[in-house]
Amino acid sequence: MVATETLDKTHRQRRSLRGWVDRHGRWLIILPPLLFLFVFFLIPFGFALKISFAEAALRIPPFSDVYSATPDHKLHLVLSLSNYKYLLTDEVYVVSYLYSIRTAFFSTLLCLMIGYPMAYAMARSSKATQGILMLVIILPFWTSFLLRVYALEGIIRDNGLLNATLLWLGVIHEPLKIMRTTFAVYLGIVYSYLPFMILPLYATLEKLDHTLLEAASDLGSRPWRAFLDVTLPLSMPGVIAGSMLVFIPAIGEYVIPALLGGPDSLMIGRVLWDEFFANHDWPVAAAVSIAFLVLLAGPIAVHQHFRVGQLEH
Amino acid sequence: MESRASPFLISVLCLGIAFLYLPMAVLVGYSFNASALASVWGGFSTHWYTELLHNRQILSAARLSLEIAALASTGALLLGTLAAVALVRFAKFRGRLLLTGMVNAPLVMPEIITGITQLLLFVSMLQLIGWPTRGITTVVLAHVAFCTAYVTVTVQSRLQTADRSLEEAAMDLGATSFQAFVDVTLPIIAPALLSSWLLSFTLSLDDLVISSFVSGPRSSTLPMVIYSKVKLGVSPDINALASLIIGVVGTCVLAAGYLVRRGERQRVAETRLATG
Repeated sequence: MVATETLDKTHRQRRSLRGWVDRHGRWLIILPPLLFLFVFFLIPFGFALKISFAEAALRIPPFSDVYSATPDHKLHLVLSLSNYKYLLTDEVYVVSYLYSIRTAFFSTLLCLMIGYPMAYAMARSSKATQGILMLVIILPFWTSFLLRVYALEGIIRDNGLLNATLLWLGVIHEPLKIMRTTFAVYLGIVYSYLPFMILPLYATLEKLDHTLLEAASDLGSRPWRAFLDVTLPLSMPGVIAGSMLVFIPAIGEYVIPALLGGPDSLMIGRVLWDEFFANHDWPVAAAVSIAFLVLLAGPIAVHQHFRVGQLEH
Repeated sequence: MESRASPFLISVLCLGIAFLYLPMAVLVGYSFNASALASVWGGFSTHWYTELLHNRQILSAARLSLEIAALASTGALLLGTLAAVALVRFAKFRGRLLLTGMVNAPLVMPEIITGITQLLLFVSMLQLIGWPTRGITTVVLAHVAFCTAYVTVTVQSRLQTADRSLEEAAMDLGATSFQAFVDVTLPIIAPALLSSWLLSFTLSLDDLVISSFVSGPRSSTLPMVIYSKVKLGVSPDINALASLIIGVVGTCVLAAGYLVRRGERQRVAETRLATG
């Protein structure tokens, strides 16, 4: 009798524990990543916003307090808009924003023009070859980004492989000046980000219903026409996803313009870096980041929209 | 698709692949050049590799970077897997949209913004609660944040295709939902876990921009040392280091790819056997 009672009790306890886990246990799974990313990814933007209203000061950390408690325990808020005014008055910021967008745009276009036929050729090869090609395209993505940019320098610098070969062949008589030009930055971005363009394109092209193309050709469409009318529109999600994956990080690129670009390739990432490490003006750097983020909100929203749509399917 | 690619498409594909690989091949070639001048071939030599072994600055930076990468990728694997399970298995919960946004945004956020904002966080935290001092801790925390995003996305897409009914069958046979997940689903998503851990490891090992912002005065990581040398021009010992890294990473990725594919094939065969 007693035994059954205890058994019953433990059973009930276990059931209530299980009920608790069923009801709240999911929070043990949800909370750790949610809290971590909230604190270390989202909250930082709040601090950046706060510090963008501060003023540079000679102390550690090098900025003034935005709010402080007055002696009579009232919160005293000092918001300085001078950093944002400075962004609009100093030409360098507007110029570098525009330059970054232009550079990212043309690099993305180049990536698309090279990446699309590559992805299309991959999607049309046999299943076994597709697996190998995937690996071949992904492998550079795993190798160091910094080292790949440095490797590209070995090809395009004045005494690099490209110039040596062209000189040897007699195609040119003086080395081509590619390093430290805007073209070198384009080349660097295309070289580094090409896999990001190819993979989403390949993913949509591979799933494409081939019977639609056959239908188009049965109805008398020429291959080129069928491509424009059927394949291209259907692969638009891949085109947009790939372009966003290249365009957004490319705008903020620092390493490529710093290593391959000339002194005039003032991309916003480079300006930010210098503001921080050379001028030590943290509040202005924070204001530039916030303004930059506002500018990026549109493209990032497009990216999120497509990613979420992709995952829901 | 059964129809073949045209010669035009195939040649673009081959040229594109050559474009991706040629610079790295040339770099490996240069690393065996006896001459310190990049334009002159001075004969085959492993001189720069022995030089590398005696460069204390590079060796200690490499050690530091490997430690950081091991910690960050393990942390990201744990958090990212939890986030993926949450997003795939729980259709509705408070904060779902927030979590979705926070795991996708780091994938496209320019590193320089993430780096600056995280530095400002760490500096403010240090002022408010006296933790963390800039150094290994802050680099690891920053790396965990962006690697978690990559892990979540990889594991999420694998979990979505995992067959839920197997887990339900295990639960019908008396397993708790936790047991069912560990015994049934975990082995299925193991390849995705392995590859996302490896990916996080290499991303952390490679990161220059975020580390430059959040690291402290005495914690220069390997990319930071490489960058400061490369900025000054060609350095033959960096060619040797780069070739080593490319070789090691390439081998690891190929080996992991092989293991994953073999595991997949075995699993498919077993499932076929089980279901007749």
